[in-house]
Amino acid sequence: MTAGKRKTGLVFFPAFDWAISPTHPEREERLLYTQDQVFEEGLLDLGNIFEFKPGIATKEDVERVHICVPDVERVTTESHMISAGGAITAADKVMSGEVDNAFALVRPPGHHAMRIVHGARGFCNINIEAVMIEHIRRKYGRRRIAIVDTDCHHGDGTQDIFWHDPDTLFLSIHQDGRTLYPGSGFPEEFGGPNAVGMTVNIPLPPQTSEEGFLYVLDHLILPILDDFKPDLVINSAGQDNHYTDPITDMQFTAQGYARLNDRLSPDIAVLEGGYSVETALPYINVGIILAMAGLDYSQVREPDYDPERIRQSADTTRYIERLSEGILGLWKRREEQKQKIRRDSEFIRRRRSVYYDTDHISEEQTEEVRVCDDCGGLVTIDSTANYTTRIFAVVVPGGSCPACRRKGEEIYGSRSRGDGPYQHIYFQDRDRDLYLVK
Amino acid sequence: MILGIDVGGTHTDAVLLNGRFEVVASAKVLTNPENLIVSFREATSRILNGGDLKQLERIVLSTTMSTNAIVQNRVDRVGMILAGGPGLAPETLRINEDTRFISGYVSHRGLEAAGTDEREVRDAADSLKKKGIRHLGIVGKFSTRNPGLEQRIGDLVEGDFEHLSFGHRMSGNLNYPRRIATTYLNAAIWRVYNRFVEDILRFTAEIGTTAPVYILKADGGTSEISQSAKYPVGTILSGPAASIMGILSLTAGKEDAVALDIGGTTTDIALFADGVPLLEPFGVTIEGRKTLVRGLQTRSIGVAGDSRVRWEQGELRIGPEREGPAMAFGGPFPTPTDAMIVLGLTKIGDREKAVAAMDLLGGEANASPGETARIVFEKTCGLIADAVREILDEINNKPVYTIHEMLEGKIIEPKVLYVVGGPAEAMAPRLGELLGCRPGLPKHAEVANAVGAALARTTTEITLLADTEKKILTIVEEGIRQDIPGRFSRDDALFICREKLLERALKMGAREEDLIMEIIEDQEFNMVRGFYTTGKNIRIKAQIKPGLISPRKDGGTPS
Repeated sequence: MTAGKRKTGLVFFPAFDWAISPTHPEREERLLYTQDQVFEEGLLDLGNIFEFKPGIATKEDVERVHICVPDVERVTTESHMISAGGAITAADKVMSGEVDNAFALVRPPGHHAMRIVHGARGFCNINIEAVMIEHIRRKYGRRRIAIVDTDCHHGDGTQDIFWHDPDTLFLSIHQDGRTLYPGSGFPEEFGGPNAVGMTVNIPLPPQTSEEGFLYVLDHLILPILDDFKPDLVINSAGQDNHYTDPITDMQFTAQGYARLNDRLSPDIAVLEGGYSVETALPYINVGIILAMAGLDYSQVREPDYDPERIRQSADTTRYIERLSEGILGLWKRREEQKQKIRRDSEFIRRRRSVYYDTDHISEEQTEEVRVCDDCGGLVTIDSTANYTTRIFAVVVPGGSCPACRRKGEEIYGSRSRGDGPYQHIYFQDRDRDLYLVK
Repeated sequence: MILGIDVGGTHTDAVLLNGRFEVVASAKVLTNPENLIVSFREATSRILNGGDLKQLERIVLSTTMSTNAIVQNRVDRVGMILAGGPGLAPETLRINEDTRFISGYVSHRGLEAAGTDEREVRDAADSLKKKGIRHLGIVGKFSTRNPGLEQRIGDLVEGDFEHLSFGHRMSGNLNYPRRIATTYLNAAIWRVYNRFVEDILRFTAEIGTTAPVYILKADGGTSEISQSAKYPVGTILSGPAASIMGILSLTAGKEDAVALDIGGTTTDIALFADGVPLLEPFGVTIEGRKTLVRGLQTRSIGVAGDSRVRWEQGELRIGPEREGPAMAFGGPFPTPTDAMIVLGLTKIGDREKAVAAMDLLGGEANASPGETARIVFEKTCGLIADAVREILDEINNKPVYTIHEMLEGKIIEPKVLYVVGGPAEAMAPRLGELLGCRPGLPKHAEVANAVGAALARTTTEITLLADTEKKILTIVEEGIRQDIPGRFSRDDALFICREKLLERALKMGAREEDLIMEIIEDQEFNMVRGFYTTGKNIRIKAQIKPGLISPRKDGGTPS
């Protein structure tokens, strides 16, 4: 325990009546035992932990972040709107000063949902953190925000959404993409040309334990945060690095998660993945809540906890030390890196394929960003799903400069539906909170 | 005929009701705090004659006995043995110096994650016995999921203590710290409550009635008195429950409603959803201790008839303290009651003194007594209305855990406002306006509590958990843990739950015609391990909800 008692808000929404399918990991039972443990430990009676009912996110909240194809209603259900609404409620309680920090313990998760949404990928439809962040900026003003994604899977959706945003630092620690879905999240993915270094990926080897995670936190994440000086720190609190998780291969513990949260001290934590519903989640969540509330979590541990059995190898330790050093070096040289990427281009293009594993959709995307020193840069996206649905989107960033805005309006104005190959043309203006479709 | 008695802090009220539930006699005597039986005897003797005694069908009592024992600390020293395992730091759970922590605990699935050490249990028990402790509480984490560990500890110390209170018998709800507090209180008042029960039963035998005696519990329901002696903690806060049941009995409404009991010092607020009083979601709080005791939800605010009124930094302040009666009754400071007298809303007290009170108050703000009285009255009503809105807001924004409840959940929108207490008549119309409710003034309000107790039905609750992967069923309130087949279904669970609830209610003295059951929780989860369904986790909670007994079909025998 490093801090005194804090007021902690808890938005708990287990959605006991919603599942992707009856035996899917993202099913009704997922937070059942967490609820049991949190209630049995009596955390809500401790005097500084307050539970809030989630709000329901609106279509506008989602359209501030995503381009949903064909529209928001078609790619979401009520559960997604409540989950995102829960994250928004957590943020509002913190921003209004009602609590010092807050944890949105909600499902379904969101960090694999990218800017363009044709359907669900990695159990995610809409990105609940991103919806929350753009809500914060809309309501409380432009803020420098750092997202620390501690889910075992690379938060590729969050990375995509904030790829060009110089005011959002996205840090992800995850199991190495060569060994786990979604197969991305390498150090060379380092942010777009206007936001170089604002994406930092830390792929850890399988079997990394408490020691490794906390090493990365102390020697890499906290120093980078010190440099960036965010107004807000958000933890994408996935819980699947646990040694009992059925779909990953890491050795993290409830005690480790609690320490990580204690040292990171996020303003807002939002649950992401974590599918060891019975043997991990109940203990991890009690640990995180106690740590956030500044209470003694030293006695929290799993019934079968055995530090010897889950110790990482000496090789792993050495690897992680070298990796951390390398990435910190990259971070320090981010300006040089920026010049290299930009050269003298006016627009920079990236082409990629996105696979939606949950809904079995293949998407081909061409994205262009205007190189700009005054804002995140105008972005246009040409996206085709399953070789049939093709759309075009123009995105004017938050805090946009007049040149990017003018250019964006010009492009949107020059295109009309039916002219070309596109079913829909979208215009998203984060600054003016405008969303148009034709 | 039914005899209802409310032994309150100041007065003891008794009412006699006929078969149509009409008040045929009532009495009010001063409560003797040293000996409640004396007050009981005095009130009863005023309204009962030999003829009535023979026709007596039941006697129902509400009493501050348990509450007072706790508030005045007239309780026994209690030893506590706790088996909690990892989680919150044990020191935060220590309830007194006689708390012993032992190893062994149960997990959320009801599995014994670590066993007990017999030696450790014996040592703990011996050290407590040496101190002369006769009452012991035994509490384990998740003992509601598997009472086995608590029971085994009990077996090990059997005979060493006069009384053992087990955590799992207190409630089917989760919350280890509350379970500890509840078990502690139960053990602490066990002896004093059992003496009280003996006294009551001796008294009823003495006057020659064989009518069963019931006691009103915190949840506004009754229990046969010797049954209640096993779990005396259930009878704490019987007084506030009587007041809410009283309002219910005098109005018999079926709508969403607000009930206010405006006294001298405090105003108590309660809510009804479709005519049913709301229960505290987790349990009642007494003397700052949060418990698992099922109880009616009430909120007290320090704004009432005799609240002290003063100006403070240009703001009119009302309460929360009461420094004496209203100035119209010779009190030291202006009060809302004085304002109501000046406004002609009530004819009690000395009007001249009330005008003087408002003059005194208005002097600082340059207002006439009439204007000042208007301001004080408005502010008093406003504060009470604000408190009601705040509670409504809290209840309507209570967290829910399913999409269905999120979208379709019941919202309480009171249509009626019931007001009892001294200033009821003067304040009800304005409060009704402020809250957009039709004001109602129940008749016989002066003996409402005793009527409420007399007509309250027997309530109880049970929690069934079935784990078809482990093939085990638990009904913890009854100490049941039995094997079930793997194909056990939700329908089976509902059937057993209903049956056991009936048995339990009848044992507690319920009348057949009042067994109105309600399923309050009904959940079924597939348990999936490694992508295969391995069983079902079925959770059902059923209750007999608080309410009034129904009049007998033949209308009884009016006297």
